[in-house]
Amino acid sequence: MGGAQVTIPRARSGRLRDELAFAVALVRAGFRRHITYRQATFAAAATNSVFGFLRCFVLLGAASASGQALLAGYDPEQLALYTWVSQGLIGVVAMWGWTELGDRIRSGDVVGDLLRPVHPVLTYLYADIGRAGVAGLTRFVVPMACGVAFFPMHAPRRVETYPLFVLSVALAVVVSFGARFLVNAAAYWLLDVRGVTTVWNFGSTVLGGLAFPLHFLPAWLVTTLWVGTPFPSMLQAPLDVIVERGSTTHLLAVVAGQAAWAAAMLGLCRLVQARATAKLVIQGG
Amino acid sequence: MGSYRALVAAQVRAYTSYRASFLIDASTNMLIPLVDLAAVLAVFRVTPALGGFDADEVLLMFGISCLAFALADLAVGEIEKLRSYIRVGTLDAVLVRPLSVLGQLLASGLAFRRVGRLVVATAVLVVAAVRAELRLTPARTVLLVVSPLAGAVLFSAIFIAFATVAFWWIDSGEFASGFTYGGRDFTSYPVSVYGAVFRHVFAYGLGFAFVSYYPTLALLGRADPLGLPGWVAWSSPAVAVLAAVLAALVWRFGIRQYRSTGS
Repeated sequence: MGGAQVTIPRARSGRLRDELAFAVALVRAGFRRHITYRQATFAAAATNSVFGFLRCFVLLGAASASGQALLAGYDPEQLALYTWVSQGLIGVVAMWGWTELGDRIRSGDVVGDLLRPVHPVLTYLYADIGRAGVAGLTRFVVPMACGVAFFPMHAPRRVETYPLFVLSVALAVVVSFGARFLVNAAAYWLLDVRGVTTVWNFGSTVLGGLAFPLHFLPAWLVTTLWVGTPFPSMLQAPLDVIVERGSTTHLLAVVAGQAAWAAAMLGLCRLVQARATAKLVIQGG
Repeated sequence: MGSYRALVAAQVRAYTSYRASFLIDASTNMLIPLVDLAAVLAVFRVTPALGGFDADEVLLMFGISCLAFALADLAVGEIEKLRSYIRVGTLDAVLVRPLSVLGQLLASGLAFRRVGRLVVATAVLVVAAVRAELRLTPARTVLLVVSPLAGAVLFSAIFIAFATVAFWWIDSGEFASGFTYGGRDFTSYPVSVYGAVFRHVFAYGLGFAFVSYYPTLALLGRADPLGLPGWVAWSSPAVAVLAAVLAALVWRFGIRQYRSTGS
């Protein structure tokens, strides 16, 4: 943790103020931990920017070859904004690469998490919010600067788009965290979660709106994905908000849908953790 | 040679001792080319053409690129782990053995779980070749078979050359992915779709135009919309050999620069 001092307040359950102090301390710890990975962060942001160019040229090429003013409802400037924001959000939402919990389950270190006075789901969530904060200041900014420098981009016209985007990204982080927690928690039962991880990577890339805008797909399929899976809530939702796809009322409904998924995922995480804890006691005997 | 065989055999034994795990891993790995295919198909749902090529023509480029990448990823993809070997210091153990360093890393990193991708990628290429209604001459038939192999050599060269970045920049993290996986994405579409500077770097500087774009032009008998002469379309194998030589030189130079992290 780079020598950072983290003061964990004494446990007294049920006190809102203490809960809040825990949360702040853990978010700060997550932030401090990730702010130390400067070079790797820069390398990842550079990679996101390369992919930004790749995707942006392909989508703009499709727009010009389609012979229509709008490509699936996007004008060229909205396509550019969609591409670069999506590359910037990869690091913030961080769908891939988190194996910490799975590794701790395999090694048995997870027992330590159960001894802490904060619920394990919240411990990891707070740390992840800190991580997302660092990514928002670094991984998001580099590709965005690149996009602004090289492509004409849609500038959001409505003032309310900006706060709604921030809220939407925050909810996307929570949904993504919940899903990652569940994928990692599969290790309680499977020990080797690589198969589950691959399926998850597949879903989050194609069905989340990263590989291409979901609106390229037939409308019935898009609706099914929004309602039936958490994937669009992780990227397509904030992307719809920032390119102002539809009225503010419509986008508020989109964000409300994200909130519902965030609540559902966290609930599911607590349930799975409770079941796993019961099992772990038996295994650890 | 016997030592390398032993390293590969150890890999096989490791896989066979966790059979269920391997099978799940191998079958889910088959999804990966389908992710890329889905992206190409989604783009062609909203546009009839891209960079002057129709869907079937782009599908052929994608098929060649997909198989080439699957081969390279199977053979040398695990070289990505070099950066963690350097960071943790485990590369020292590889260096003290009386075998080639690259040979050891590749022999112990063969990713058999990725074999399934070859099956899917080959199927995609066959479908694409049929749909493109190629008029196959003997020369074009040879080219259709050789292109994925030449592409695989070029991708392998890129994998190895960019893995060596870690010798100088220990915390380079995902940096190489922009060029390895980025190269895969780049070669899925005609190079005519990219902006001039970006295209010059990726298509000609790194040689990615020779993975799928030029072979496809030759297979279709089309002239290059970017204006290069016709024989260029047949030069992929030569470019692949050149890339392999350059990658080998970069590797040799890199390994001489290696200083253990000492941790």
